[in-house]
Amino acid sequence: MKHLFSKSMLALSLIAVGFAFMQGCKPKGAQSAVGGDAAAKVYVAPGKYDEFYNFVSGGFSGQMSVYGLPSGRLFRVIPVFSVDPEKGWGYSEETKPMLNTSHGFVPWDDLHHIALSVTDGAHDGRWAFGNANNTPRIARIDMKTFRTAEIIEIPNSAGNHSSPFITENSEYVVAGTRFSVPIGDNQDVPINTYKQNFKGTVSFIGVDKTSGKMNISFQILTPGINFDLARAGKGRSAGWFFFSCYNSEKANTLLEVNASQKDKDFIMAVNWKKAEEYAKAGKGVKKAVKYAHNTYDDATHSATSTIENEVLVLDPKDCPDMVYFMPCPKSPHGCDTDPTGEYIVGSGKLAAVIPVFSFAKIEAAIAAKNYDGEYDGIPVLKYDAVLHGEVQKPGLGPLHTEFDGNGNAYTSFFVSSEIVKWNIKDLKVLDRVPTYYSIGHLCVPGGPTKKPHGKYVIAYNKITKDRYLPTGPELTQSAQLYSIDGDKMKLLLDFPTIGEPHYAEAIPADLIMKNSQKIFKIEENKNPFAALGDNNARVERKGNEIHVYMTSIRSHFTPDNIEGVKLGDVVYFHVTNLEQDWDVPHGFAVKGANNAELLIMPGETQTLKWVPEKVGVYPMYCTDFCSALHQEMQGYIRVSPAGSNVPLTFSTGKTEPAATPGAQQ
Amino acid sequence: MKLKTIAAEAILTAGWLSLISCGGGVQKDEKPVDVQELTKNQPEVHGTEIKEGDITLGTPLDQKMVGTGKSTYELKCQSCHRLTGEKLVGPGWKDVTKRRQPVWIMNMITNVDMMLESDAEAQKLLEQCMVRMPNQNISKDEARNVLEYMRSNDGEK
Repeated sequence: MKHLFSKSMLALSLIAVGFAFMQGCKPKGAQSAVGGDAAAKVYVAPGKYDEFYNFVSGGFSGQMSVYGLPSGRLFRVIPVFSVDPEKGWGYSEETKPMLNTSHGFVPWDDLHHIALSVTDGAHDGRWAFGNANNTPRIARIDMKTFRTAEIIEIPNSAGNHSSPFITENSEYVVAGTRFSVPIGDNQDVPINTYKQNFKGTVSFIGVDKTSGKMNISFQILTPGINFDLARAGKGRSAGWFFFSCYNSEKANTLLEVNASQKDKDFIMAVNWKKAEEYAKAGKGVKKAVKYAHNTYDDATHSATSTIENEVLVLDPKDCPDMVYFMPCPKSPHGCDTDPTGEYIVGSGKLAAVIPVFSFAKIEAAIAAKNYDGEYDGIPVLKYDAVLHGEVQKPGLGPLHTEFDGNGNAYTSFFVSSEIVKWNIKDLKVLDRVPTYYSIGHLCVPGGPTKKPHGKYVIAYNKITKDRYLPTGPELTQSAQLYSIDGDKMKLLLDFPTIGEPHYAEAIPADLIMKNSQKIFKIEENKNPFAALGDNNARVERKGNEIHVYMTSIRSHFTPDNIEGVKLGDVVYFHVTNLEQDWDVPHGFAVKGANNAELLIMPGETQTLKWVPEKVGVYPMYCTDFCSALHQEMQGYIRVSPAGSNVPLTFSTGKTEPAATPGAQQ
Repeated sequence: MKLKTIAAEAILTAGWLSLISCGGGVQKDEKPVDVQELTKNQPEVHGTEIKEGDITLGTPLDQKMVGTGKSTYELKCQSCHRLTGEKLVGPGWKDVTKRRQPVWIMNMITNVDMMLESDAEAQKLLEQCMVRMPNQNISKDEARNVLEYMRSNDGEK
């Protein structure tokens, strides 16, 4: 991480310098939007800390990245849904089960959205959730360790886009399916029977209050439409969840045209408190499914994957007053609730207005049964009855809306490439700034919570083009930081990001840093393969398996000379890092391994599997610079032919016995 | 660190350049808001310094402490320190309780950063061994047990 860190700083400085030289006094163009005090506003002096952590989705990298704001410095890439050889994620025996699914081991995914845990609607700094879009899953990241602690697969789902979004006290994280799919026993159906056979689902994943552990509490079966994004209510609307939906045409081909026929789609309002009651009252049906539930244990330093076989499904047919549709102009994308919970902003990405719905009016319309017919048996509320108002001519292609704590909303516009600030109550446009280029999501620190922290808005752009030094056809992704503490939004900084960032959240540094874990206590290491102290370092043969119980400390491995391995053996290096000091990981790599390295944190045990394929002596070494004698942190393992009678021996240093007879076979 | 500083300077410089080059066309720079006032550096965690009067050595040795100290030794110290006089990564422990004051040993175990900053003997050892004695996250009580084990290793009864 250290090299990345400096690289991004250097890049930043180059950009800044580039700005200064290229900018000159050009009156127009991208750079003229930058105020003279921008550099000072984003400058974080050496050794000082940023004010916010920014948890940013890694898009098609499958990971979650962590930046500092306002500097835009990259601190960490947390491996989530994709393997990461640098950290051994998905390569070490301990982490492989985390990427297990009902389809087997899946090494990649597409992480779109972040949801930070909340208590009473405000950030509590405990967990970050992220979604896998392709093979539907939700991950929970523990903010103490900045590691993926749990991944749960979502059955009856495809294109897990409408997730994860979180309720006011982190009771549930939701996962809505983007693609409707055939659900049930017979899934081998003609695609053009979409209207008869395809259904959608939204899953409510319960989150344990203390451990954060997830389980799918229930799924709601829905008409076969596409779910895009979602938000929970807050305050008075806290018992509700709102999902934007498109393709109410139920097209199964060329959606670009066929799902853009009607002038309105829907926002689906779910009374989840009621759904919870129905689930408890036994109104649901248990359906046979298969999905993986993977958890990582910080005591055993290993993951386990369990395949679950059942999910509880609620059908709105059997559960009245649980689900309603609200018409929303053309293909709504974002669906965001303001800090009070009274206003729900739908962003019809093909619409010329931003509709804002009122929760008080929704309640009144439901009470008065003010319906505009039904859609697949679900009541559709009258548009005018639930509408607070529309923002007129806001821009082109509204996507997402975030909020400050002062009654203002900030909406991103993809087509007109800008952020527009408007007042929630009177719906008047107050300010607009260009983004470079084609903004997707945006983020105000605390923007989706009851208590926004305000101060900045960050644009996560879809197009980079000429913003940075060119690097061939593929460019870095582009984020931009704006100040929002004055009346006018001001561009302060461009910073590059990994993958393609979609949603992101920012949280004050002090909510996280005070809990940040420095080491794993070696006394609490319960990995069954740990070598707790050099007396336990050893090599054992079990049939054709060789288990190396190895310790590492600045700057040697014990044992570091191993003989007696034969072709056909499978070698497991179980490496325990005995260090107990912050920022002293050791790495481990062996020549020719068709595998990655291990990166072992202080007090941790990780295992590398190695199947040697040729006779010889193989070097192994520590990959993470650990001390002045890091370069000496190395060893050898000898591989002999299959029938060889070289005894199994191991040692470290001349003071060790040359061989331990008991370890011989 | 060096890289960081250079980069930081470049940003500042860039800020200045853009100010200068565009003169009146750009908004005047006010005294920059120091957002850093809002942040706190994470304090370096040092143990509390152990002073001369904090430790009492009893005879005969407390065998329970010796036993616990031995376990800590095997888990956290043995990789680098032999019980003989032989230097491995760090010095062997034979006669350490005769060479060093108890308070020196205790601080070396629990406050190694402080010792390497200020203690001449500790600094001399670093020059010989070239590896900083790691902070092994050992509490004062645990360190006291380790000291009891060292005394036992040195033949005290």
